[in-house]
Amino acid sequence: MPMSPSPNLPPDKQREMLRQMLTIRRFEERASADYHAGKIYGVVHCYIGEEAVAVGVCTALDRGDRIISTHRGHGHCIAKGADLNRMMAELYGRQTGYCKGKGGSMHIADFGIGMLGANGIVAGGISIITGAGLAAQMEGKGGVAVAFFGDGASNAGPFHECLNIAATWKLPMLYVCENNLYAAQTSAAETHALGDVAARAAGYGIPGIVVDGNDIFAVHQAASRAVERARSGAGPTLIECKTYRWRAHTERKGQPDPRDKAEVEAWKQKDPIALLERQLRDQGDLDDAGLRGIEGDVMAALEAAVAFAEAGPFPLPEQATDDVFAA
Amino acid sequence: MRELTYNEAAVEAVAEEMRRDPKIFYMSTDAIPSLLQEFGEQRIRATPIAEAALTGMAIGAAGSGFRPIVDWRQVTFCFVAMDQIVNQAAKIHYMFGGQVTFPILYRAAVGGGGLVAAQHSQSPYSMFMNVAGLKMFLPSTPYDIKGLLKTAIRDNNPVISFESSRLMGRKGPVPEGDYTIPFGVADVKRSGDDVTVVALAWLVHESLAAAEELAKEGISVEIVDPRTLVPLDTATIRESVRKTGRLVIADEAGPTCGFSAEVAAVVTEDAATFARLKAPVKRVCALQVPIPYSPVLENAVFPDRGRIIAGIREVLQGTRSAAAA
Repeated sequence: MPMSPSPNLPPDKQREMLRQMLTIRRFEERASADYHAGKIYGVVHCYIGEEAVAVGVCTALDRGDRIISTHRGHGHCIAKGADLNRMMAELYGRQTGYCKGKGGSMHIADFGIGMLGANGIVAGGISIITGAGLAAQMEGKGGVAVAFFGDGASNAGPFHECLNIAATWKLPMLYVCENNLYAAQTSAAETHALGDVAARAAGYGIPGIVVDGNDIFAVHQAASRAVERARSGAGPTLIECKTYRWRAHTERKGQPDPRDKAEVEAWKQKDPIALLERQLRDQGDLDDAGLRGIEGDVMAALEAAVAFAEAGPFPLPEQATDDVFAA
Repeated sequence: MRELTYNEAAVEAVAEEMRRDPKIFYMSTDAIPSLLQEFGEQRIRATPIAEAALTGMAIGAAGSGFRPIVDWRQVTFCFVAMDQIVNQAAKIHYMFGGQVTFPILYRAAVGGGGLVAAQHSQSPYSMFMNVAGLKMFLPSTPYDIKGLLKTAIRDNNPVISFESSRLMGRKGPVPEGDYTIPFGVADVKRSGDDVTVVALAWLVHESLAAAEELAKEGISVEIVDPRTLVPLDTATIRESVRKTGRLVIADEAGPTCGFSAEVAAVVTEDAATFARLKAPVKRVCALQVPIPYSPVLENAVFPDRGRIIAGIREVLQGTRSAAAA
C-alpha cells in the first residue's frame, strides 16, 4: 500500500522521523528482552507496530506543547524527546530513573519536555491533559495539548466528558486515539457500537478524522492541521489512527493472546518503519549507507542507555517515604 | 470582632487568595455569584456536571503551573471522580519521583442534618485519609475554615477541604485581614482535667454544649478539635489524654475504620499515653447505616450532645480493671 504524499518536510526531518521510530522499536525490543531476563520488573507494554502515531503527531508539536500517554507509553516519551538513559534507568528501578525508581514502565514522565506521564489507568490521562489544554488556553501563548489513548479508553466516561468540555470551551486539544483494535484481549468489534471512534466527534461538533496510523505522513498531516486549528483558537480535533500492536497486551509470560496469527502477520506486512524507509529510498533521500548510519546511531544510544541504567544505584529503602508530599 | 458565617468566611478566603495570586482559578458546576462578579468567567468557571473530568483537569492544570480549585459542592458528587482522586491526584507527585508539584484544592460539603437522605448526608473523610498523598481538613468554626482554606490554597499538594453542611450558616468571629492556620495543629476548644473529647466539626459545638452541662456537676471536660485530618496532630491528642486519662471521640461519621478508630489507635499504641488511660476509650459516632430521611430516623442515627454526655459518663465510671473483674 503506498504512503501518503511526502509532507513539506525537509529530507533531514523525514530521516529524523525514521530515526525516532527505529529508536522506539529497538528500545521496546530491548525492554522486552531485559524484562524476560529479569532485569526489568512488574509489567511492560510494548509499542512495537504503532511507532508512526507517536512520532507523526509529536513531529507536528513544539517543545512547549504538552502530551499525556497511556500504560503503553515508551513511544510517546521518546517521540516527545525524553532521555533514553533516564527512561531505561526507570525501567531498571534505579535512583537515576525519571521517577527515581518509584514509577517504572507505566509511569514515566518528563514535565520539563511537556510529557505529563504514562498512566496505568485506561482513560486516566484524558482529563489530566485536558486540564493542561485549559492551562495552555489561559496562558495565551498558543500552546496545545495532546491526549494519546487507545480504543479501550474511548468507551470510558472521561473521554466523553472531556470532549464535551474541550469542544464547549474551544480548548487547544488533540485527542489522538490509537485504535489498535484490541482493549487488552477484547476486540473493539465486540465493544464498540460504531466502527470508527472518530465518528463520535460529531456528537461534540468537532472534526473527527480517520487516518492510517501506520502511514506516518498521513498521521503527521492530520496532526499538523489539528495543531493549526487548535492554535488558531478553533478548538479540539479527534484523530483516530488505525494501527496494530505486534506483541501481546503485555510482556507477561503465559498471557492469553486471542488474536488470529494471520491477522498479526498481515499487519506486520504494513510495518510503519518499513513503509517510511521505502518511501525515503523512493524519494532518493535514503540509501544503504544512510540507513546503516541511522541504525548505528540508534543502537549506540540504546547501548549507552542500558549501560547508564545498569550503572545507576538502586534506591535506598528509606527513600520509600520521600515525595509523598511536596514541600 | 466582626462575625461571619462559616460559608462567608470560606468564600472570603478564596476571594482574598484569588486577589493575591492570578494563577488561582475555580471550577464548579455552578459559579458562586460573588466570586463570578469579582473575578469573571475565565477564573470562575461554571462547568458541565462532569466531576471526573474536572477533578482530573485540575491535576493537569496544576502540573502546568496553575493553582486550581475544584468545588465538588457535596462530597457525594466526587465519587464519580474516585479514579482521578485516588489513582491520579494522590499518587502523581510520588509516582513521578517528585518532578513537579500539584497545588490543588478540592472542596466538599459533608455531614447530615439536612434531611436529604443517604446520598446527600455523607461523612466519608476516613476513606480519603486511607489514601496516601492527600492532605485534608474539617473545620468547626468560621475562623478555622478561613485560615485553613488559605493554607490549603498556598499548599503545593492536593488538599481536600471537607466542610460541614450543618455549620454553613453558623456565625463566629473572624478578624479582618490575612491570617493562616497551619496544617497538623489541633485547637483545644476548651480546657479541662477529667476527660478529653476529641471532636470534629458540628460535634465540636455539641461537645462544648455537653461540657457546659457537665460543668454544673463539677465535671471538667477538655475538647480537642484536630481541625486537620491529614496530617493529624497526634501530639496534642496524646498530651490531652495523658493529662485527663480518659477519652471520648465524637464523630458524625460511622465508626468502622473511621477517624474515630484512628484516634483510638493513636492513643492506645503510644505506651506513655496508654499507661495513663484510666478507662476504655469510648467512640460516639453515627450508627453504621446509610443515613435515613425521616427526622425520627436521622436523629436516631447521628450522635448529639446527649450521646456525648452519656459517653463521658461511661468513661468516667470505667476502670482499667473492669474487664478482668
